[in-house]
Amino acid sequence: MADLTIEQEILIDAPAEVVWRTITEPDQIAQWFADRVHVDLQSGGAGSLVFEGKAADRATHAALVVETVDPPRQFSFRWGHPDGEVPLPGNSVLVAFTLSAESGARTRLRVVETGLEVIGWPEDEKARYVEDHRHGWAHHLGRLENLFVAKSG
Amino acid sequence: MSSVTEDQLWSAIADPSRRRVLDLLVGGGGTTASSLAQNVPFSRQAVAKHLVVLEHAGLINRQKEGREVRFRVDPERLNDAARAMAELASQWDQRLQAIKRLAEAAYKESNDHESH
Repeated sequence: MADLTIEQEILIDAPAEVVWRTITEPDQIAQWFADRVHVDLQSGGAGSLVFEGKAADRATHAALVVETVDPPRQFSFRWGHPDGEVPLPGNSVLVAFTLSAESGARTRLRVVETGLEVIGWPEDEKARYVEDHRHGWAHHLGRLENLFVAKSG
Repeated sequence: MSSVTEDQLWSAIADPSRRRVLDLLVGGGGTTASSLAQNVPFSRQAVAKHLVVLEHAGLINRQKEGREVRFRVDPERLNDAARAMAELASQWDQRLQAIKRLAEAAYKESNDHESH
Protein backbone atom coordinates (compact mmCIF):
# COMPACT_ATOMS: atom_id res chain seq x y z
CA MET A 1 0.00 0.00 0.00
CA ALA A 2 1.01 3.58 -0.33
CA ASP A 3 3.10 4.90 2.50
CA LEU A 4 1.80 7.39 4.98
CA THR A 5 3.36 10.54 3.67
CA ILE A 6 1.47 13.77 3.52
CA GLU A 7 2.51 16.72 1.43
CA GLN A 8 1.11 20.19 1.35
CA GLU A 9 2.40 23.34 -0.23
CA ILE A 10 1.62 27.00 -0.45
CA LEU A 11 2.79 29.92 -2.58
CA ILE A 12 3.96 32.90 -0.56
CA ASP A 13 4.48 36.47 -1.76
CA ALA A 14 7.81 36.89 -0.01
CA PRO A 15 11.39 35.84 -0.79
CA ALA A 16 12.75 32.58 0.59
CA GLU A 17 14.96 34.40 3.15
CA VAL A 18 11.87 35.92 4.75
CA VAL A 19 9.95 32.64 4.72
CA TRP A 20 13.01 30.94 6.19
CA ARG A 21 12.94 33.24 9.20
CA THR A 22 9.23 32.62 9.65
CA ILE A 23 9.63 28.87 9.81
CA THR A 24 12.84 28.72 11.87
CA GLU A 25 12.91 31.59 14.39
CA PRO A 26 11.37 30.56 17.71
CA ASP A 27 9.34 33.76 18.20
CA GLN A 28 7.97 33.31 14.67
CA ILE A 29 7.27 29.58 15.12
CA ALA A 30 5.32 30.52 18.23
CA GLN A 31 2.91 32.39 15.96
CA TRP A 32 2.00 29.53 13.66
CA PHE A 33 2.75 26.29 15.45
CA ALA A 34 3.12 25.94 19.20
CA ASP A 35 2.50 28.51 21.91
CA ARG A 36 5.97 28.38 23.36
CA VAL A 37 8.99 27.36 21.33
CA HIS A 38 12.63 26.71 21.97
CA VAL A 39 14.90 25.40 19.27
CA ASP A 40 18.64 25.05 18.83
CA LEU A 41 18.82 25.69 15.12
CA GLN A 42 21.56 23.31 14.04
CA SER A 43 21.65 19.72 12.89
CA GLY A 44 21.16 17.56 15.99
CA GLY A 45 19.94 20.56 17.98
CA ALA A 46 17.16 19.99 20.49
CA GLY A 47 13.91 21.86 20.62
CA SER A 48 10.69 21.89 22.55
CA LEU A 49 7.17 22.90 21.72
CA VAL A 50 4.49 23.70 24.26
CA PHE A 51 0.89 23.64 23.15
CA GLU A 52 -1.42 25.38 25.58
CA GLY A 53 -4.66 23.54 26.06
CA LYS A 54 -8.00 25.25 26.41
CA ALA A 55 -7.52 25.02 30.16
CA ALA A 56 -4.18 26.09 31.62
CA ASP A 57 -3.52 22.64 33.04
CA ARG A 58 -3.94 20.98 29.67
CA ALA A 59 -0.69 22.17 28.11
CA THR A 60 1.20 19.48 26.22
CA HIS A 61 4.90 19.38 25.52
CA ALA A 62 6.61 17.94 22.50
CA ALA A 63 10.32 17.43 22.04
CA LEU A 64 11.93 17.71 18.65
CA VAL A 65 15.39 17.25 17.22
CA VAL A 66 16.53 19.31 14.25
CA GLU A 67 17.76 17.25 11.32
CA THR A 68 18.53 19.56 8.39
CA VAL A 69 19.32 23.27 8.46
CA ASP A 70 20.12 24.53 4.96
CA PRO A 71 19.06 28.18 4.74
CA PRO A 72 17.03 29.24 2.90
CA ARG A 73 16.19 25.93 1.26
CA GLN A 74 15.57 23.11 3.71
CA PHE A 75 14.58 22.76 7.33
CA SER A 76 13.55 19.48 8.89
CA PHE A 77 13.04 18.03 12.33
CA ARG A 78 11.94 14.80 13.92
CA TRP A 79 9.42 14.46 16.69
CA GLY A 80 7.07 11.94 18.16
CA HIS A 81 9.91 9.77 19.46
CA PRO A 82 9.60 8.13 22.89
CA ASP A 83 10.93 10.11 25.85
CA GLY A 84 14.64 9.67 26.37
CA GLU A 85 15.26 8.10 22.97
CA VAL A 86 17.14 9.52 20.04
CA PRO A 87 14.68 10.17 17.21
CA LEU A 88 15.51 8.09 14.16
CA PRO A 89 13.64 6.71 11.19
CA GLY A 90 11.48 4.04 12.77
CA ASN A 91 10.58 5.75 16.02
CA SER A 92 9.67 9.25 14.98
CA VAL A 93 7.92 11.43 12.46
CA LEU A 94 9.96 13.58 10.08
CA VAL A 95 8.65 17.02 9.22
CA ALA A 96 10.54 18.54 6.28
CA PHE A 97 10.09 22.02 4.85
CA THR A 98 11.41 22.82 1.38
CA LEU A 99 11.55 26.37 0.08
CA SER A 100 11.79 27.04 -3.67
CA ALA A 101 12.24 30.51 -5.07
CA GLU A 102 9.63 31.49 -7.66
CA SER A 103 9.57 34.47 -9.99
CA GLY A 104 8.53 37.84 -8.58
CA ALA A 105 10.12 37.40 -5.13
CA ARG A 106 7.75 34.59 -4.31
CA THR A 107 8.46 31.30 -2.53
CA ARG A 108 6.84 27.92 -2.81
CA LEU A 109 6.83 26.32 0.64
CA ARG A 110 6.29 22.59 0.80
CA VAL A 111 5.86 20.55 3.95
CA VAL A 112 6.20 16.77 3.94
CA GLU A 113 5.49 14.69 6.99
CA THR A 114 6.65 11.08 6.92
CA GLY A 115 7.52 8.22 9.19
CA LEU A 116 4.49 6.62 10.70
CA GLU A 117 4.47 3.70 8.31
CA VAL A 118 7.85 2.48 9.55
CA ILE A 119 7.10 2.66 13.20
CA GLY A 120 7.69 -0.80 14.55
CA TRP A 121 6.69 -0.27 18.13
CA PRO A 122 4.68 -2.70 20.15
CA GLU A 123 0.97 -2.06 20.06
CA ASP A 124 0.70 -0.29 23.41
CA GLU A 125 3.59 2.03 22.54
CA LYS A 126 1.94 2.90 19.28
CA ALA A 127 -1.34 3.57 20.99
CA ARG A 128 0.41 5.90 23.40
CA TYR A 129 2.08 7.60 20.50
CA VAL A 130 -1.22 8.16 18.80
CA GLU A 131 -2.72 9.48 22.00
CA ASP A 132 0.11 11.97 22.50
CA HIS A 133 0.41 13.09 18.91
CA ARG A 134 -3.07 12.79 17.64
CA HIS A 135 -2.97 16.08 15.79
CA GLY A 136 -0.08 14.85 13.66
CA TRP A 137 -2.07 11.95 12.37
CA ALA A 138 -4.62 13.82 10.42
CA HIS A 139 -2.48 14.14 7.37
CA HIS A 140 -1.54 10.53 7.22
CA LEU A 141 -5.10 9.52 7.66
CA GLY A 142 -6.29 11.83 4.95
CA ARG A 143 -5.60 9.02 2.55
CA LEU A 144 -8.15 6.82 4.24
CA GLU A 145 -10.61 9.64 4.11
CA ASN A 146 -10.02 10.01 0.37
CA LEU A 147 -10.49 6.31 -0.05
CA PHE A 148 -13.76 6.49 1.78
CA VAL A 149 -14.99 9.41 -0.27
CA ALA A 150 -13.96 7.66 -3.48
CA LYS A 151 -15.77 4.46 -2.64
CA SER A 152 -18.94 5.99 -1.34
CA GLY A 153 -19.20 8.92 -3.77
CA MET B 1 -17.51 9.97 20.22
CA SER B 2 -16.33 9.24 23.74
CA SER B 3 -12.60 9.42 24.27
CA VAL B 4 -12.29 5.70 24.93
CA THR B 5 -14.09 4.93 21.70
CA GLU B 6 -12.03 7.48 19.88
CA ASP B 7 -8.81 5.99 21.26
CA GLN B 8 -9.92 2.62 19.96
CA LEU B 9 -10.61 4.15 16.61
CA TRP B 10 -7.20 5.81 16.32
CA SER B 11 -5.23 2.84 17.52
CA ALA B 12 -7.24 0.59 15.21
CA ILE B 13 -6.20 2.71 12.26
CA ALA B 14 -2.63 3.32 13.49
CA ASP B 15 -1.37 -0.09 12.38
CA PRO B 16 -0.42 -0.33 8.69
CA SER B 17 -1.46 -3.98 8.43
CA ARG B 18 -4.86 -3.17 9.81
CA ARG B 19 -5.25 -0.29 7.42
CA ARG B 20 -4.50 -2.74 4.62
CA VAL B 21 -7.28 -5.00 5.88
CA LEU B 22 -9.59 -2.01 6.19
CA ASP B 23 -8.69 -0.87 2.66
CA LEU B 24 -9.67 -4.27 1.32
CA LEU B 25 -12.92 -4.22 3.25
CA VAL B 26 -13.78 -0.77 1.96
CA GLY B 27 -13.20 -2.10 -1.56
CA GLY B 28 -15.16 -5.32 -1.15
CA GLY B 29 -18.82 -5.40 -0.28
CA GLY B 30 -18.68 -8.10 2.36
CA THR B 31 -15.60 -10.24 2.58
CA THR B 32 -14.62 -13.40 4.43
CA ALA B 33 -11.50 -13.72 6.55
CA SER B 34 -10.05 -16.34 4.21
CA SER B 35 -10.59 -14.15 1.18
CA LEU B 36 -8.85 -11.29 2.99
CA ALA B 37 -5.97 -13.55 3.95
CA GLN B 38 -5.35 -14.31 0.27
CA ASN B 39 -4.84 -10.64 -0.45
CA VAL B 40 -2.45 -9.66 2.32
CA PRO B 41 1.16 -10.63 2.96
CA PHE B 42 0.45 -11.89 6.47
CA SER B 43 -1.11 -14.94 8.05
CA ARG B 44 -4.76 -15.80 8.45
CA GLN B 45 -4.28 -15.66 12.22
CA ALA B 46 -2.99 -12.09 11.90
CA VAL B 47 -5.98 -11.19 9.74
CA ALA B 48 -8.32 -12.62 12.38
CA LYS B 49 -6.64 -10.51 15.08
CA HIS B 50 -6.89 -7.36 13.00
CA LEU B 51 -10.56 -8.04 12.33
CA VAL B 52 -11.21 -8.26 16.07
CA VAL B 53 -9.53 -4.90 16.70
CA LEU B 54 -11.41 -3.25 13.82
CA GLU B 55 -14.65 -4.74 15.08
CA HIS B 56 -14.03 -3.45 18.63
CA ALA B 57 -13.39 0.02 17.21
CA GLY B 58 -16.76 -0.24 15.52
CA LEU B 59 -15.27 0.15 12.05
CA ILE B 60 -16.55 -3.18 10.76
CA ASN B 61 -19.42 -5.58 11.39
CA ARG B 62 -19.57 -9.33 11.03
CA GLN B 63 -22.57 -11.09 9.59
CA LYS B 64 -23.20 -14.78 9.32
CA GLU B 65 -24.38 -15.76 5.88
CA GLY B 66 -25.04 -19.47 5.64
CA ARG B 67 -21.79 -21.17 6.58
CA GLU B 68 -19.72 -18.07 6.03
CA VAL B 69 -18.94 -15.06 8.18
CA ARG B 70 -18.66 -11.90 6.14
CA PHE B 71 -17.10 -8.65 7.30
CA ARG B 72 -18.32 -5.27 6.16
CA VAL B 73 -17.25 -1.71 6.83
CA ASP B 74 -19.69 0.29 8.92
CA PRO B 75 -20.17 3.35 6.67
CA GLU B 76 -21.47 5.54 9.47
CA ARG B 77 -18.56 4.77 11.74
CA LEU B 78 -16.08 5.27 8.94
CA ASN B 79 -17.82 8.53 8.21
CA ASP B 80 -17.29 9.54 11.85
CA ALA B 81 -13.64 8.68 11.42
CA ALA B 82 -13.41 10.58 8.14
CA ARG B 83 -15.00 13.64 9.71
CA ALA B 84 -12.67 13.56 12.68
CA MET B 85 -9.73 13.15 10.31
CA ALA B 86 -10.84 15.95 8.05
CA GLU B 87 -11.06 18.23 11.05
CA LEU B 88 -7.58 17.30 12.15
CA ALA B 89 -6.27 17.26 8.59
CA SER B 90 -6.78 20.99 8.24
CA GLN B 91 -4.03 21.65 10.79
CA TRP B 92 -1.05 21.75 8.43
CA ASP B 93 -3.09 23.76 6.03
CA GLN B 94 -3.82 26.28 8.77
CA ARG B 95 -0.16 26.34 9.73
CA LEU B 96 0.91 27.01 6.15
CA GLN B 97 -1.67 29.76 5.83
CA ALA B 98 -0.34 31.35 9.03
CA ILE B 99 3.25 31.11 7.74
CA LYS B 100 2.15 32.81 4.53
CA ARG B 101 0.48 35.68 6.42
CA LEU B 102 3.47 36.17 8.71
CA ALA B 103 6.07 36.05 5.94
CA GLU B 104 4.12 38.36 3.65
CA ALA B 105 3.56 40.86 6.46
CA ALA B 106 7.26 40.77 7.38
CA TYR B 107 8.26 41.28 3.73
CA LYS B 108 5.83 44.14 3.25
CA GLU B 109 7.12 45.80 6.40
CA SER B 110 10.75 45.55 5.27
CA ASN B 111 9.82 47.05 1.89
CA ASP B 112 7.95 49.91 3.55
CA HIS B 113 10.99 50.66 5.68
CA GLU B 114 13.25 50.70 2.66
CA SER B 115 11.03 53.10 0.75
CA HIS B 116 11.20 55.70 3.55
